[in-house]
Formats: sequence, structure tokens, C-alpha cells
Amino acid sequence: MLTSFKRILTFAVNDFGRNKGISIASIFVLTVTIMLVTGLFFFQGLTGYLTSQIQDKIDVTAYFKSGTAEQDILNVKDEIIKTTPSIKNVEYISQDQALATFNANHKDNPVLAKALQEVGDNPFLPSLNITTSGDPLQYAQIANVLQTSDFSKLIEKVDFSQKKDTIEKVYSITTNINIFGLIFGAILILVAILVVFNTIKLAIENSKEEISAMRIVGASNWFIRGPFVIQGIIYGIFAFIICFLISGLFAYFMASKISVVLPGFDMFDFFLANWWIFVLIQLGFGIAVGAGSALIVVKKHLEV
Amino acid sequence: MIKFDNVTKIYQPGTIVLQNISFEIKDGEFVSIVGKSGAGKTTLVHLILGLEIPTYGEIYFDGLNLNDASPAKIQEIRRRIGGIYQDYKLLPKKTVYENVAYILQVEGKNNEEIKREVPKVLETIGLKDKIDNFPDQLSGGEQQRLAVARALINHPDTIIADEPTGNLDPYNSYEVISLLQKLNQTGKTVILSTHDREIVNKLGKRVITLEGGKILRDEAAGRFII
Ligand SMILES: Nc1ncnc2c1ncn2[C@@H]1O[C@H](COP(=O)(O)OP(=O)(O)OP(=O)(O)O)[C@@H](O)[C@H]1O
Ligand SMILES: [Mg+2]
Repeated sequence: MLTSFKRILTFAVNDFGRNKGISIASIFVLTVTIMLVTGLFFFQGLTGYLTSQIQDKIDVTAYFKSGTAEQDILNVKDEIIKTTPSIKNVEYISQDQALATFNANHKDNPVLAKALQEVGDNPFLPSLNITTSGDPLQYAQIANVLQTSDFSKLIEKVDFSQKKDTIEKVYSITTNINIFGLIFGAILILVAILVVFNTIKLAIENSKEEISAMRIVGASNWFIRGPFVIQGIIYGIFAFIICFLISGLFAYFMASKISVVLPGFDMFDFFLANWWIFVLIQLGFGIAVGAGSALIVVKKHLEV
Repeated sequence: MIKFDNVTKIYQPGTIVLQNISFEIKDGEFVSIVGKSGAGKTTLVHLILGLEIPTYGEIYFDGLNLNDASPAKIQEIRRRIGGIYQDYKLLPKKTVYENVAYILQVEGKNNEEIKREVPKVLETIGLKDKIDNFPDQLSGGEQQRLAVARALINHPDTIIADEPTGNLDPYNSYEVISLLQKLNQTGKTVILSTHDREIVNKLGKRVITLEGGKILRDEAAGRFII
């Protein structure tokens, strides 16, 4: 058993080395295929980040009339949480907190600070910052609560409608991009797998004569098949190493460029955080496609 | 023991290559199969090895009906027969040494035995200098001798040789035939398909003559008469 396996391994390595052209071609097409899968995974990470960004944005801000009692505002908060338990966050910002935040944000801006001093009083209103998951249904529920007569008389204004539209739009765009990207990617990957399959098929057709000679001298199926399947695995491993290096380098060098467009998204961090998923996807995919193609093609030639 | 029982082989409808052939080859026999080109000699050899299946009739190898044999069983039979093929059937991507060693590797022989036996056979057959050549770096005669070496390496009980001297000069032909005779003297069954009148007549062994898809003659100490 073990000697057989060692022999199969030796045959595979020899054949791999003796058919350099075919080996390189197979590794190349396999690399392209795995890169497509990897690209899809990066894309997934990007849109995932985008969606979570939107979802974490404060979606609705209800400003209360100056001097509204804190308890009244907290009642509104409780009511919102009660009617919409799936709401992400509702935060009460008092008048003083709003002023402090403003000062902190603009402490380097003397003009604004001066303007504020001239107003004298604290011009900010107490508010509730409501974060939804982006689900339009939650807007409707929040709107209902805020519009009840008891509460609406406390409320100065709701910063709500304009924002809601944009968020809904972005939300639907990202979902669409995601679906489109996945379908498009899946088609590309399918085509790429076919190319890999055909490359390996050509390589093995090239060995048709050899396979039939092996059958004729009485070699068992696994003795014949083994070297081809292991060559497929070797292609997969080489393609994986190349892809892993490329994705790492790509993430490293593109990280700064992408964070310009998407502040806060560090591609290299994403790569490091998910490195084992990259290994799993790339290696698994490479080996499965490489060895699987070989297995299917050789089967056809074993029928003598 | 090999037995053909009313075997008919038709490749394409309308052309019958072998028709109701019956004969028996006992263990230890030396049988020559002769006939014009296209008479069906190679077909007959392929039928014994399960490379072709009979259209009608049965073929038995050591009592086993090849029609009922599983693929694994067929592979086992092929391992027990030393085959020399008209078109050599060498492994084109393996060297001379590896081609011969492959037979022993298939049988699961250990590495020491392979290292010991392979050079011996290559020496006997005169290919020692070409050990690292690939088949396409050999002359036609050298390829044929490699095919012979490969058939002999695992000391099979039955040797089936389809035109093993077709590409050889008289000297090498003589060498190969006397090798087959020697093996026969040690009790091996030898089946030889050939065109060579001189060889057959000199052997003085059983001859089966094929013509028109039928056995024209089957004589114990036959001669090449067509
Ligand atoms: N695979 C095949 N498909 C169709 N016809 C075939 C096939 N193999 C052989 N034949 C036909 O069967 C007949 C016998 O062929 P075979 O090879 O057995 O002859 P042979 O006696 O070995 O001839 P030679 O002495 O030239 O080697 C020929 O007419 C050939 O055309
Ligand atoms: Mg022939």
C-alpha cells in the first residue's frame, strides 16, 4: 500500500517535471480561476463593510424642544425600544452633551467658538439619535411613535426624511451590487473552471497512448489514475501559493488606495483577519478543481 | 490453458474477421499463429488479453470465462501474461529502465528486486547502454527489443508475442526466437504470431494457420504454408 503510494507519487512528480509546458499552462489557468474566487471574496468583504457602515450611521435624529424634561425624552426612548425591539441603538443626547461634542469637534476653530459665545445661551437642543439596521420597516415604526400626539408636541423637528431616502437608496444599491457581483462572479468562475478542465483534458489526452499501454500491462486503475490526480493536486498547490502571495501583496499595496475611497476599510487588515479563509478557499478550490478534472478525464480513458 | 470456443469477431457489420474459431492451447505448448496480413492474428492475440471482446463465443483463460471476468480480474490476467505487441505499447514518457521497472512496480515488487532484475534483462536483450533513453530516442528494432524485455521481466507463465521480430535484423531475430524457445523449455507457454516463414519452419512446433477468418490448418509439427 505504502510502496504503491510512494510510486504513484514518484510517477506524478516525474511526469510533472517532464511535461513542463503542460504543467505551467495548467497552473496558470488554475491560478486565474482561484484569483477570480479570491476577488469575489474581497468584493464580499468590501460590500459587507459598506453595508455595515451605512447601518451604523445614525439614521434618525429627533430634536426636542428646548427645555423638555429629561424624563419625557427617556419615555420616548423607551417607547421606541418597546415598539421596535430590533432597533440597533437609541441614544439620548442632552443639551450639555451636544454642546460639549460640538466644542470638542471644533476646538481648533476660533471663529465658530466666538460665534457660539455671542449667542450666549446653549443653542443646542436635546435629541435622540436612533440607529436602525437600514430596514425600511423600522423607519415606519419610528415615525409612528414620534407622531403620536403625546410625543409630537415635545418634538421640535425630526431630521429624518431626506436621510431616509438616501439610506434606502444606498442600501438597495449595495444589495444589488452584491447580487450582481455574485452572479457575475459565479459565471466567470464557471467559465474559468471549464478552461481549467479543458487544459487538463488536453494534457491527459496527450497521455492517451500511455494510459492504454498501462492498461495492457495490467496496471490497476488507481495505479494509472493516481499520478494524474496527484499532478492535479500539485497544480492546485502551486496555484494556491501563487494566489496567496498575490492576494497578500495586493491587499498590502492597495490598502492605502482603497482607504481613500472607503475611509476605515483596511484591505490588508481584512486579509490578515481572514487569512485562514483565504488559505481554505484557495487551496481547497485549487485542489478540488485540479484533482477533480484529472479524475473525470482519466476515467474516460480507463475503459479498455 | 487457453481455450477458444466458437469465437466470432466482427469489428464492423459485414466484415467478419474471425469466424467460429475453436482451439485449445495447453500449458507449456509453443504455438505459432500464421496467416496473411489482415488474417486476424493480432485480433486473436487481443482477444486472449481481453483487449477486444468476442462478438460471439467464449474464451477461457485457466478455466475462467473472460466474458464473465471483472475488470480487476482481467487486469490480473494481463499481469500474468508477458505480452509483446506489434505496435510495442511502450510508455512514451518513461525511460527504457522505467518502462521495464513499471511492470514490476505494477506487481508490487520491492525496490531491491527491481534494482537487481531490470538491468539483468536489459543486458540480456542488449539495451544496457540505452537505459535512460525515452522510447522515441530508440530505433525501431531497439523499441521492439524493449517490448521483449518488458514481457520477460516478471517471469510470466504465458508469453504472447505478436510479430516480435518484425523490425529486427536476422541476428536479433534469431536471439529473440531462441530466447522464446529457452523459455518454452523451462515450461512456459509461448504463443507466437509471425509472418516469418523461416522461423516457423525451423521451430518445428505446432502451427495454427488462419485464412479468411477461419482456421485453415492446425498441425502439431506444422510448416508455414500459405
Ligand atoms: N479496431 C478495429 N476496427 C475495425 N477493424 C479492425 C480493427 N482491428 C483490426 N481490424 C480489421 O480486422 C482485420 C484483421 O486485423 P489484424 O490486425 O488482426 O490482422 P493481422 O493478421 O494481425 O495482420 P498483420 O499481419 O498485418 O498484423 C483487418 O482487416 C483489419 O482491418
Ligand atoms: Mg497483426
